[in-house]
Amino acid sequence: MNKAVVMNVKKLYKSFGGNHILKGIGLTLHQGENLGIVGKSGIGKSVLIKCIVRLIEPDSGEVDVLGTNVLECNSNELNEIRKKVGYLFQGGALYDSMSVRENLFFPIRRTQFKDKKLDTEELIEQSLRSVGLLDAVDKMPSELSGGMKKRVALARTLILKPEIILYDEPTTGLDAVTSGEISELILKIREEYNTASIIITHDMKCARIATDNIKIMDDGIFRIEGTYDELSNTEEKEIRDFFI
Amino acid sequence: MAKINVSVAKLRFKGKLKVKEETRNFYNGIFIDLGELVLFTGKVIKQMFQPPLEFREFIKHGFLLGNKSLALVSVTGFIMGLVLTMQMNPVLTDFGAQTLLPGVIAVSMVRELGPVITGLICAGKISSGIAAEIAAMTVTEQIDAMEVSGTRPLSFVVASRVMATTLVVPILVIFADAFSLFGAFLAVNIFEDTSVELFVNRSFSLMGFVDLFPSTLKTVFFGFFIGLIGSYKGYTAGRGTESVGKAANLAVVEASLTIFVIDLIFVLITSIL
Repeated sequence: MNKAVVMNVKKLYKSFGGNHILKGIGLTLHQGENLGIVGKSGIGKSVLIKCIVRLIEPDSGEVDVLGTNVLECNSNELNEIRKKVGYLFQGGALYDSMSVRENLFFPIRRTQFKDKKLDTEELIEQSLRSVGLLDAVDKMPSELSGGMKKRVALARTLILKPEIILYDEPTTGLDAVTSGEISELILKIREEYNTASIIITHDMKCARIATDNIKIMDDGIFRIEGTYDELSNTEEKEIRDFFI
Repeated sequence: MAKINVSVAKLRFKGKLKVKEETRNFYNGIFIDLGELVLFTGKVIKQMFQPPLEFREFIKHGFLLGNKSLALVSVTGFIMGLVLTMQMNPVLTDFGAQTLLPGVIAVSMVRELGPVITGLICAGKISSGIAAEIAAMTVTEQIDAMEVSGTRPLSFVVASRVMATTLVVPILVIFADAFSLFGAFLAVNIFEDTSVELFVNRSFSLMGFVDLFPSTLKTVFFGFFIGLIGSYKGYTAGRGTESVGKAANLAVVEASLTIFVIDLIFVLITSIL
């Protein structure tokens, strides 16, 4: 792939007590690439992407995001990088005391408060249109279904126009139709916003639709990498089992 | 038989070691917790002055917290004033010092009982509420979502609440003091006919600057720590749903204890000065 590298993770280690979760893991993400990460539950996939944005502090390693070494940033520099890296949480993590409009307005109000000319209504409308939920603008999170919550959470991520999006199990807990729609949406977002993404998933349909490459994680490192077709037809039964 | 005795002794020895280790961990835990609270306090104070300032959140929380606690604090103050007067009246009458009753009640309520009792009520009601609310946000990853979008949740979620409690608790103490004097006035009138003017004159005759200033200043600290400890416990709550209850519970215990410690420090300083 000749496209620019937007993220480079090298030799990342993380332990909790005596439990070694990440054992020198590394990855490279290119501009416009959708990289899937697959692995058994509890293997440390979410820990990896949380370490990338320093929601969890890694023990050692290197995380280069858009040319900045994230692990050496001070809090102001880290906030600047975080604005460029969207994160979609498993449960959506919508602010339940705020309406959909306020949820979307919140990151702009907090991060771009100096820009008085910013048309926030236009940005909110654009983000909600991208995820197909323009009608829900005045609803509260408690009035939304699981799929709608994920779409709104994605719209909230998009409002800051991120260059990279980290999806933490975007289709978990959704029915097959809705999860298919979310997977298609991930592709649409890439086209529309020109983002690169890391998609952690157990949903092989999502992996097939939304990713260009898949890495399989096992015992704190990536065991194998390839496209969906390559990995699903590999001779190794253990790898093939993920795709059944 | 001898082998069994040796095994029992070994088990007892291991048991003692475990207890020692647990005790050591407990005390280490307290110091680690204290250290983290100090760091957290520093961060929160820094966030209070960093733009964008959340004035609307501050007013919203101030109004909500104050409004919700006002009735409870007022009723408690009223009952305290009433009860204290009824209990002190016979004692002072025996010494022929009945005219001092309003002044004694006013000084004891304004200097000590009003602030401490209101502080304890607020520790139970406000601190636990803040801890539970923020812990629920932590559990549902809302705090992480704010953190990861660079929106500085410490400023929006914590600093606004801490500033609100710092303002609201002293106001609540003033209400509690006022209602306690009203309760005392009613109680005094059970024993003898006293006009409002005379009661007020007698109440404030024994009170000076040294009674008012330190007691008001300490309520500012009560408010600050009630908000801070509630927020800290919520912010550092674990990931399970049980951590919400645990955070609320710990917030009440630690905020109540902190109120007594602050009170003690102020009493010591005042007595030295």
